[in-house]
Amino acid sequence: MSLDKATVAKIAHLARIKVPEDEQEHLAGELSRILDFVEQLAEVETEGVQPMSSVVAQKLRRRPDVVTDGNIRDKVLANAPDGAEGFFAVPKVVE
Amino acid sequence: MTRDLTLMTVSEALDGLAAKDFSAVELAEAHIHAVEAARPLNAFVTETPEIALAQARAADARRARGEARALDGIPIGVKDLFCTEGVLTTAGSHILDGFRPTYESTVTANLFRDGAVMLGKLNMDEFAMGSANITSHYGPVISPWSQGTLAQRDASMDGAGELTAAARQPRPVQEWVWTRKLVPGGSSGGSAAAVAARCVMAATGTDTGGSIRQPAGFVGIVGLKPTYGRCSRWGIVAFASSLDQAGPMTRTVRDAALMLGSMAGYDPKDSTSVDRPVPDYAAALTGDVRGLRVGIPKEYRIDGMPAEIERLWQQGMDWLRTMGAEPVEISLPHTKYALPAYYIVAPAEASSNLARYDGVRYGLRVDGASLREMYENTRGEGFGAEVQRRVLIGTYVLSAGYYDAYYLKAQKVRTRIADDFRAAFERCDVVLAPTAPSAAFAIGERMDDPIQMYLNDVFTVPANLAGLPGISVPAGLSAERLPLGLQVIGRPFDEETVFKVAGALESAARFEEIPPFVASRA
Amino acid sequence: MLIQGDTGDWEVVIGLEVHAQVVSNAKLFSGAATVFGAEPNTQVSHVDAAMPGMLPVINEYCVEQAVRTGLGLKAQINLFSVFDRKNYFYADLPSGYQISQYSQPIVGTGSIVLDMPDGSTRTVGITRLHLEMDAGKSLHDQHPSKTYVDLNRSGVALMEIVSEPDLRSPEEAAAYLRKLRAILRYLGTCDGNMEEGSMRCDVNVSVRRPGEGFGTRTETKNVNSIRYVQMAIEFEARRQVEVVEGGGQVVQETRLWDTTKFVTRSMRSKEEAHDYRYFPDPDLLPLELDPDWVEDIRRSLPELPDEKKARFIEQYRLSPYDAGVLVAEKASADYYETVARGRDPKMAANWVMGDLFGALNKLGRGIDDSPVSAGALGGLIDLIANDTISGRIAKEVFADMLETGKSADAIVEEKGLRQVTDTGAIEGAIDAVLAANPDKVAEYRAGKDKLFGFFVGQVMKQTQGKANPALVNEVLGRKLKG
Repeated sequence: MSLDKATVAKIAHLARIKVPEDEQEHLAGELSRILDFVEQLAEVETEGVQPMSSVVAQKLRRRPDVVTDGNIRDKVLANAPDGAEGFFAVPKVVE
Repeated sequence: MTRDLTLMTVSEALDGLAAKDFSAVELAEAHIHAVEAARPLNAFVTETPEIALAQARAADARRARGEARALDGIPIGVKDLFCTEGVLTTAGSHILDGFRPTYESTVTANLFRDGAVMLGKLNMDEFAMGSANITSHYGPVISPWSQGTLAQRDASMDGAGELTAAARQPRPVQEWVWTRKLVPGGSSGGSAAAVAARCVMAATGTDTGGSIRQPAGFVGIVGLKPTYGRCSRWGIVAFASSLDQAGPMTRTVRDAALMLGSMAGYDPKDSTSVDRPVPDYAAALTGDVRGLRVGIPKEYRIDGMPAEIERLWQQGMDWLRTMGAEPVEISLPHTKYALPAYYIVAPAEASSNLARYDGVRYGLRVDGASLREMYENTRGEGFGAEVQRRVLIGTYVLSAGYYDAYYLKAQKVRTRIADDFRAAFERCDVVLAPTAPSAAFAIGERMDDPIQMYLNDVFTVPANLAGLPGISVPAGLSAERLPLGLQVIGRPFDEETVFKVAGALESAARFEEIPPFVASRA
Repeated sequence: MLIQGDTGDWEVVIGLEVHAQVVSNAKLFSGAATVFGAEPNTQVSHVDAAMPGMLPVINEYCVEQAVRTGLGLKAQINLFSVFDRKNYFYADLPSGYQISQYSQPIVGTGSIVLDMPDGSTRTVGITRLHLEMDAGKSLHDQHPSKTYVDLNRSGVALMEIVSEPDLRSPEEAAAYLRKLRAILRYLGTCDGNMEEGSMRCDVNVSVRRPGEGFGTRTETKNVNSIRYVQMAIEFEARRQVEVVEGGGQVVQETRLWDTTKFVTRSMRSKEEAHDYRYFPDPDLLPLELDPDWVEDIRRSLPELPDEKKARFIEQYRLSPYDAGVLVAEKASADYYETVARGRDPKMAANWVMGDLFGALNKLGRGIDDSPVSAGALGGLIDLIANDTISGRIAKEVFADMLETGKSADAIVEEKGLRQVTDTGAIEGAIDAVLAANPDKVAEYRAGKDKLFGFFVGQVMKQTQGKANPALVNEVLGRKLKG
């Protein structure tokens, strides 16, 4: 499997990582080598095999419907790069 | 001459504290000095001497009241992947610039509950992605097994040009000069280096594909990855959720058992944490391995494995046989596919886990004209090359049209790998294998090809994929006089047998080598 | 509904995706509260803000509510379901993924019966119901160059209920939403309050020639009232017909309902192709339900609108229409049943649907805060039934009850409205009226029957309306015969 520059640009955008154009070619090569490496999995017979959903042999635990958290606005906002009036702030979004 | 408090093991220190040979504050002070002296290793991102002293004073006070706890006064280091309340937590990444969590991870909270003293936060590969500790934003960690000497240098030459030559006074400083820098392994490289260089008595690590065991092997210490679900993941910056597990890194098997006793336990805040009692792990260290069946997986004899690794492995079998255990050959047929499966599952999960680093709520923000640009700039600058590579691979293998061929396939292969182990554990009680296919290498080596680097984890990754406990014990030296580790893998939640066998190997190997760089001598 | 285009008729095909906020104290995966309208970012835990290392733990009651809703929709309950991550970046989605259910939802196929205005019914298929977490809220109008983010809603449990593309008109879509809302409210699993956003609707619309295959659909997001849903469908269908008839092609896209211009428009921020990269959330295990637990929930289900309607028709002999109106809200059905208990059910229905609903409508109040309680209305009906007051007086008394909140008894007592049933007194009044109008009596007796009403009126006037009308009729008839 070989990735081209355009695909790198596409997945970089999906992942919201800015990859300068002059690095895309090189990255395409590196990622292609990794994909070639993982491609060996095709050799494994997996007909009828259940995909691993968890290595832990237990059922999903559930918690009771009780309010135990929240009311910690100062803590929630403490590390925010930008915020005002109790909100987080980001560059304006046009819908 | 007073006793060098930094050379003791955890259990010796606990005895010394109990006997009032020294106080927790004295112990902390000795280690604070050691941490400073060990700065050439770049093992710490953040040093926290004030916290250490405060915790040590509290430990002394408890001990004076007769209320000493399991690890009261033991100075440890914490991998910078654990969120620590009010203390910078970076995961080795630029993107977490300035992040001070307002909460404490469960594992560190458990350690502090039991009286552990935190010396600082340990350097690591960025987001725990790496096998050499070269991907940290804070620079590589240097193994204390590297070659170097203490040299004198005239620091007045720094910033030359500011003063005229006549006004300049010579300012001699002692500095460590490396002649060959070795990697400590990764991703818990700071933890490994700090424990091996005797600046912390023990450290926390995390292991997603070998990140505790491989560095432990590289620096000649003990490192345990517990069963998945044994230690809470709550408050640990996530890399690959289905594989990540915290564990102890120490200088002896007994110390690892003591540490795990505090770190482990059920946590209702982690849905994958398992509710079962935490046994007294140290009690399992009977040394009695008679009748235990030790599985030797034939598929681990990989092409190109250095003869010295092969010999060490054979030596391990011989030691255990001599002590009454029974080596049995087993087959783990899908071993070859563990790494490829890992390099799909781990990046896929990481691509999603790392989506939260977006410059909105914490850490680095690099502005942009729009929200989208802000995201792309922040993540483009904030993540290093290896993290970007993995996030992109993960994004790709999950994207429309590829999910079945990659992710689903990998999870099916994972089931087969876990089935292999299940079948093997019908025939044996533990599996014995090398920790890594080589000894530590120099910084700069194997760096241009990611795949070469990934191969470091060939023996450690299967235990992660199957969720099994695994420990690395230092067992010998390579021809280059670098440590080599042996790995013991056990059944789910059978850390006790793993410790028992590891303890037997430890006593047989008598690994007492000390790295060239030891903090108190630096 | 058929749209007449320039080139012929077009059929509208509609499917609805409803996001219904689960009634629960705490969020789906965190212990923060869910109350509407709190100060920004106060109902946020570290989990909801996706702080590093935070993990989800599922709220059992939310699971129960989803199962209860599935059972109420006569749907298949999947004992094994999986939570997936739906990955996308948005300012109000802190983790960069929404925990949702993709290929293995908790509830499978079910159905909803629509009650159409003409009394007929129509069955609409439910494709699935799944549990997911809500995102936070972006506020775009608080600052000239910034969008503000409030995470209070982040992590609140939602049920996404997806219909089959079985709906064919805006009216059917409205009937579907009303019926779904009624069921959710009966079950107590969602308050159905569209204004507060606890029920939101995505509208999938396409058009086709009758009898042909489905056309390309568009999805209009977050339409927050039934009226807007109807308007959006109407607009979107006509727009698509115009596009196709103009030689163009409908683009499969996400659109937005513009509540000021009443048009749908392409959503700029969602323009790019979606690739959500779903995969099972490794922080959660598959959700496995115990069949006995599901049965316990099934046994505890309340009577739902359809069953209640059938029972009302059977037990109270109501018309399907009346029964349908009364069960549309659980509160009105409960109110009606309290009124009807031990009384004439038809009279009870007339009072509830006529006088009461009319009055509430005028007051702009709901049945829950009706000034006249069901018990009080029953008391009024009792007074009619036992001849204490006439139906006409009862209307006056009811008006008083609405205003004062007093009981019918008290008002009748206070104002002396008790009906006169004393034959002697009535005879006296009649005699007086007859004596005062000898000419009219003569005319009547000469055959002018219509004057009977005049005499009744005069007698009632004489008795201030309190005379028992039946008695008046009887005695008057006898006396006039002479």
